[in-house]
Amino acid sequence: MATLIRHRKIVSDNWQLLKPADDGSAPPLPESGDIIVPLAAWLAQRDRLLQRPGRLGVWLAGGDEPALIAEDLKNLGVVAVYFTQFSDGRGYSLGRLLRVRYGWRGELRAVGDVLRDQLFYLAGCGFDAFALRDDQDLQAALSAFGDFSEAYQASAARPLPLFRRRHLNSPDGMEWS
Amino acid sequence: MYLYDEIDQRLVDERVAQYRDQTRRYLAGALTEDDFRPLRLQNGLYIQRHAPMLRVSIPYGLLSSRQLRALADIARTWDRGYGHFSTRQNIQFNWPKLEDVPEILARLATVQMHAIQTSGNCIRNTTTDHFAGIAPDEIVDPLVWCEIIRQWSAFHPEFAYLPRKFKIAVSGSERDRAAVQVHDIGLQARQNAAGDVGFRVLAGGGLGRTPIIGAAVREFLPWQHLLTYLDAILRVYNCHGRRDNKYKARIKILVKELTPEAFRRQVEEEWAHLKDGPATLFTEEIRRIERRFTRPNYLKLDALAPGYALELARDKAFANWVRRNVHAHKLTGYAAVTLSLKKTGVPPGDATAEQMDAVASLADRYSFGELRVSHEQNLILADVRLGDLHALWQEAKALGLATPNIGLITNIIACPGGDFCALANAKSIPVAEAIQRRFDDLDYQHDIGELDLNISGCMNSCGHHHIGHIGILGVDKQGAEFYQISIGGAQGNEASLGRVIGPSVSQAQVPDVIEKLIEIYLECRDSEEERFIDVVRRIGIEPFKEHVYGNPHQAQKNSQRQLAVA
Repeated sequence: MATLIRHRKIVSDNWQLLKPADDGSAPPLPESGDIIVPLAAWLAQRDRLLQRPGRLGVWLAGGDEPALIAEDLKNLGVVAVYFTQFSDGRGYSLGRLLRVRYGWRGELRAVGDVLRDQLFYLAGCGFDAFALRDDQDLQAALSAFGDFSEAYQASAARPLPLFRRRHLNSPDGMEWS
Repeated sequence: MYLYDEIDQRLVDERVAQYRDQTRRYLAGALTEDDFRPLRLQNGLYIQRHAPMLRVSIPYGLLSSRQLRALADIARTWDRGYGHFSTRQNIQFNWPKLEDVPEILARLATVQMHAIQTSGNCIRNTTTDHFAGIAPDEIVDPLVWCEIIRQWSAFHPEFAYLPRKFKIAVSGSERDRAAVQVHDIGLQARQNAAGDVGFRVLAGGGLGRTPIIGAAVREFLPWQHLLTYLDAILRVYNCHGRRDNKYKARIKILVKELTPEAFRRQVEEEWAHLKDGPATLFTEEIRRIERRFTRPNYLKLDALAPGYALELARDKAFANWVRRNVHAHKLTGYAAVTLSLKKTGVPPGDATAEQMDAVASLADRYSFGELRVSHEQNLILADVRLGDLHALWQEAKALGLATPNIGLITNIIACPGGDFCALANAKSIPVAEAIQRRFDDLDYQHDIGELDLNISGCMNSCGHHHIGHIGILGVDKQGAEFYQISIGGAQGNEASLGRVIGPSVSQAQVPDVIEKLIEIYLECRDSEEERFIDVVRRIGIEPFKEHVYGNPHQAQKNSQRQLAVA
């Protein structure tokens, strides 16, 4: 059974991530079980996927438009973002958009080239589940969530940027100094 | 100086710990080269020609004497006793050991410094006018706004892996001294008719392979919306900037390919979602940042300092230095002073540890313990009393820092070039030196007048050759180092990009070509007031071209005449 970091714990993972075939065609659907399908498959086979037993998730690639699933988020158990390379930063904006603009409250999963040293920022952008690259040490990776104890910017955990929180706590914002 | 509070300090300390662990894992073989590269780059560490290079951030170019002493200490302890001040107001150390870098970062953190995001595809150090806060013509103090942007951009979780590097510059006045038109984002303070303060926002400017002047995406952005608007621009760029080709990945290419109008529409659409959100600024926050800046304890001085006028009249060398290296201050009785790092024979922007210590001492005694790094790679004491200028000049002269060449041909801006940089096609430092030697005569330099000369060792344009009145670019010609010369570039409000005058020339020919350009300029100028750049703009590049390369048409005529005579 595959493992995953979810809510900062190592857990076993029941979801199966389906990828398009090499020729780009939609992946064959397994009879049962929880699956995460590529956006194109979802758009092409929406009704069939909804009737299928088992829970359903959709994954977006870096260049995919999250608005395309905005109306259907209520039908999904997982939304995943696939990183072909950890240095492709588009997924970070997708995370923020899904959380803040489209209001996705369920599991937001980073998959693909996901490494320990990017976990802190990914979590800041709203990701709460991480299927790390095979060579990563999950136990060691857990410490990455504590790399920083604060952030200037708004994040999933702290919806207000630091400067706003400072001023909420004291009228002149100087209470920390 | 902006003084860190407990959180600012904690974040920098945590960054050191994070990078220390990353370096440990890399050296233990647990992090691959590819996985480590972006991590070390975002901590300022490049792998260079001879050794790693560490670029330390000097936010908006402002330094305390204590910080400068720490830099001197680092140069002595972990490097070869010197550092190089760069065109982005940072300092680079050319010889640190990769395994020592966490220790260097820890040392920097003790003086509220770091190397965060000085390299890599992220938001870099925000730069500004080196006279920020003291210039007589300011609408806002850009230092405050740069610090607000520093906090917004530091560890921004969404924008750490952009398509390419991202540089922001802020000008606090209508007169641009921060090169805002050639930055990924340029912010220019302005006031609207109602007297409200805001920014003109430019995007998509830049030098490099494809030099472009930035497009105005918003003529007036009220200051409250600065951060949400930056978020909007960065998000559009992060989502849509090209990632397939690193030479086409800067925001300028996106703006150009979409057209500025379409780009602006996308930004405005994105901003509609972010506007008035939690990142909207408010007065108390601006006040809080302002109050964290220490300010010089200025005295009320007379406009005429005793002795100063006398020294000016009596000492021609001093008067020359004042004319070139001393600049106006908003307060009566004070002036800003440029300490030139452009002495002939010294690589432009280099300073030894001893010079750094000595400048720190000058800053303590003459300028409230603060100094600035200029994008022209000089050091500036911003708050000097007029009555102290003569004593300061004598001390600076003894340190080799009083070359009176600011704004003149020998104040050359140059990247480290092929002597150090792995990217360079050609060397910059020996070319700079050869030109400085050719124009060493001060009277001649002053006669030539204002002239910006910039040298880049390759198309990455770290020496900003496109905006030099004379620009020199190192190119590779079948394995040999050649130099392409352009003229007519300029920075500031009148920014323009230089045009290449003809085929590239060898290193030995460069000073001759520059001399020929100067000859024709001196011949054509209508008065001493008309600068080199003005003449290029008035008469175009053709006369310069002809004087350097000869006129093929004329040459042909001459040979026909000779034939006829024969």
